[in-house]
Amino acid sequence: MSSAESPARLSIYDAAAANRWRTVVLIAVFTAIIALLGYFVGEYFAPGGGLAALPFAFALAVGSGLASYFAGDQIILAQSRAREIGPDQEKVLHDVVEALALGLGIPTPKLYVIEDSAPNAFATGRDPRHASVAVTRGLLDKMDRTELEGVIAHELSHVGNRDIRVMLLVTILVGTVALLADWMWRSFFWTRGGRRERDGGGNAIIAVIAIALALLTPIIATLIQLAVSRQREYLADASGALLTRYPSGLASALRKIAADPEPLEAANKATASLYIANPLKDAPAFFDHLFDTHPPIEERIRRLEAM
Amino acid sequence: MELVVLIVIIAALALFFIATYNRLITLRQRVKEAWADIDVQLKRRHDLIPNLVETVKGYATHESTVFQNVTQARAAAVAAGASASPQERAQAENMLTTALRSVFAVAENYPQLQAVQEFKDLSENLTATEDKIAFARRFYNGNVRDFNTALQTFPTNVFASMFGFKAEEYFELADTAAREVPQVKF
Repeated sequence: MSSAESPARLSIYDAAAANRWRTVVLIAVFTAIIALLGYFVGEYFAPGGGLAALPFAFALAVGSGLASYFAGDQIILAQSRAREIGPDQEKVLHDVVEALALGLGIPTPKLYVIEDSAPNAFATGRDPRHASVAVTRGLLDKMDRTELEGVIAHELSHVGNRDIRVMLLVTILVGTVALLADWMWRSFFWTRGGRRERDGGGNAIIAVIAIALALLTPIIATLIQLAVSRQREYLADASGALLTRYPSGLASALRKIAADPEPLEAANKATASLYIANPLKDAPAFFDHLFDTHPPIEERIRRLEAM
Repeated sequence: MELVVLIVIIAALALFFIATYNRLITLRQRVKEAWADIDVQLKRRHDLIPNLVETVKGYATHESTVFQNVTQARAAAVAAGASASPQERAQAENMLTTALRSVFAVAENYPQLQAVQEFKDLSENLTATEDKIAFARRFYNGNVRDFNTALQTFPTNVFASMFGFKAEEYFELADTAAREVPQVKF
């Protein structure tokens, strides 16, 4: 017990305060990216019209930001084919979640089950009062109680730390950037011919910048998202282990999840980083670990066992 | 010039006092909220016990002292819930735990009882509630520790008592009995 307590008692209050800053910084970075994209799209299509395009880009960013804040969790749950369960179903799950929520001092989140045999779980929502935890049927079937406790403690730490809000915003903002860049590509494609003849060299530079931005911003946005999510996983592992006082439970659960060869069908690239472990079971070889959604599971297990 | 320096010093002190006072209030509020969580679970436990006693009574008719003990212990725990400090409540709850254990020990002797669905549900619910109490207690004690640490470190400790802040009590259950030094007699 004492060894679990020694890595500085990081209360959820501190983690939540740190995440408030993280949210502000992330929103600023994404606003800048979206403004840059919007400006060059405008310049490209109507020289001098870059500033006029800005309000449009911002409206899109603000709109998607607000939508994600209030409805993002429902969209993600629906996409993942998660079904809400009542208080009479899955008694063990309810007991585990309620007990651990008390240990963190957060309200009991809504519970969802995904009917898929691949063991996995995620949490989403905008704050602890509007939080949901989804687990797969495979998780309920394959984990024993201490392993289930380990996984749930990890997910509830995401809720208590307000990671869920950061991830919700980032997920949707990355989507917005991708959408904008996609529009840019299509418009390059359709309007390229006529434009080139009329315009001189000044516009060529703008065009190069615009193309470079359309190419790079979605990648940069994705890298930010993945870096944020990987960092949060270690912290949630640590605070989850601190909550149950039993790091081996989560370590053993992660080992089982890693050993399970099945991918989770309802997961996609956008939601993959929300899960406790990569549900897609793909490991892109190039760029090393830059595009991983999660830290290597062996490293997470090693850290848990060292506690 | 001296006046400006004096005003600046006084203003800085005032700001410091306000910040510290507000911090202590926040921390104490967290302790109270955490205590409310424990309270809910303890009440739930108290509510489950009469049903359990009735169910077991139906099978184990000759064990009246055990039932009397647990009923008394429950009444004491409920009474302590109304007013007593965390420490006194913990004492009452520990008595209740001991009494409950003897009920389950009695129940062990009646195989038919073990097969009754209501008994299974009740004992499952009691175990789950005790689990929840354990976690709620952990959160509460963590908050008490944060508050007490803030209260007792320098320089807050110098003036905290002026504002009427007192250290909060930890909520210690069951294992406290095990920690007592055993009395050895020759």
